[in-house]
Amino acid sequence: MSRTITIRAMKYNPQSKISKAHFAEYKLEETDGMTLFIALTKIRETMDADLSFDFVCRAGICGSCGMMVNGTPRLACRTLTKDFPDGVIQLMPMPAFKLLKDLSVDTGNWMNGMSKRVESWIHTNHKPDISKLEAPMEPKLADETFELDRCIECGICVAACGTKLMRPNFVGAVGLNRVARFAMDPHDERTDEDFYELIGDDDGIFGCMSLVACEDNCPKHLPLQSKIAYMRRKLVALR
Amino acid sequence: MSDLIEGFLGKSIEGKKSRMPAKLDYLQSATGLFLGLFMWGHMFFVSSILISKDFMYAVTKFFEGSAFLTNPQPWLVSIVVFVVFVIFISHALLGMRKLPINFRQWQAYRTHMGMMKHDDTSLWYIQAFTGFAMFFMGSAHLFMMMTKAHEIGPFGSADRMYSDFMWPFYLLLLLAVEFHGGIGLYRLCVKWGWFEGEDAKVSRKNLKKAKWAVTVFFLGLGLLTLAAYVKIGYAHKDHAGERYKPTAQIEMQYDGNKVRA
Repeated sequence: MSRTITIRAMKYNPQSKISKAHFAEYKLEETDGMTLFIALTKIRETMDADLSFDFVCRAGICGSCGMMVNGTPRLACRTLTKDFPDGVIQLMPMPAFKLLKDLSVDTGNWMNGMSKRVESWIHTNHKPDISKLEAPMEPKLADETFELDRCIECGICVAACGTKLMRPNFVGAVGLNRVARFAMDPHDERTDEDFYELIGDDDGIFGCMSLVACEDNCPKHLPLQSKIAYMRRKLVALR
Repeated sequence: MSDLIEGFLGKSIEGKKSRMPAKLDYLQSATGLFLGLFMWGHMFFVSSILISKDFMYAVTKFFEGSAFLTNPQPWLVSIVVFVVFVIFISHALLGMRKLPINFRQWQAYRTHMGMMKHDDTSLWYIQAFTGFAMFFMGSAHLFMMMTKAHEIGPFGSADRMYSDFMWPFYLLLLLAVEFHGGIGLYRLCVKWGWFEGEDAKVSRKNLKKAKWAVTVFFLGLGLLTLAAYVKIGYAHKDHAGERYKPTAQIEMQYDGNKVRA
């Protein structure tokens, strides 16, 4: 039997001088398998065309629809409304990112900046020949390395991080995970000293307070806790 | 000159980052580990009063060097307390770097914690709060122990609790120490990847269970110990200030033998 659910969404346009932040309440009939993405689309189509939120793939791949769902960062497309027994769902934009409007934040530019900051690409002195196969890796190491590449840059680890909220320049778990990914990859010729130059400070690995909300909320279940500890051990051991 | 340039630029003349943040992070953990483990041992020594006054007296004298000195010396305890005090202050100084340092940081963290209701995020707040409280309470206790090591004993410690009305202070200190230490040791394991095993998620769950078990155990032991000292202090209130004489020593004096047991 279907029920009526209540969605309370924060609305605010920081670009507007007259916009005042408030929660708008929408009531709608829940349907089978309804995700937050479906509910928000229905709201925008039938109740409030002005409501802003982000989405692209609707399948937990693009990482665009992260938002605070009853206080916890989640992907709207992978959150089922039936999982909220009281039928009341409060939505807010993810903190730590630039607020564009309502539930829409700019994760893209932040992730781009992070990628440049941690130099998120293979560094090698060999000129790659794309007509040839890459040098092989041990299968186990390849699995562990490419596992970390499953990150979809949704920003949930960043929004979940209390350290990041207190210290805006903190690189976040996504950045530390990225460094760990290249530190493990034998194709990358950078040394630990090189990685230290990227994250060896209180805005990097040594700023992490091990709150592990990144790991607990990551929609891709990446081993962030382990990889952050791995990088910390590596970089502390440098002389 | 190079210090001046590094201080100004935040990197060395060669353009390299300082290794100091790594050292500070390591030292924060090392001092925390020492203090956490020290507190476990400390609690066992203090709780010796639950067995008997004589046993607690013997433990006290042991730390004053009774094993190798004819006349135990309380200043030996003062030296140990001084070393612990230095480590304690170092740890406080290092831990301070992580605390929220302005209203906005505190507000952002509080709001986030309240919204998310994430266990480890909330535990950190308790750790930060109890750490801040211990800046004062831990320092006061350590200073007292350092300067009045000779008063440690079954009656001296009990009089301090009851006649000097220090039990409310020690109740708060006990809570602060056990919560801060328990959470801190758990976080150390997470931070450095200790006991991770095959599945870090499973091992963290187990670590947290162990953390709570340890906290409950030491809190229980601490409360019982505090109650024991208050009880002894109450019974001894009319003779507050008098030092304890072990049973064996009294018996031998009754026999007319003046040799200390």
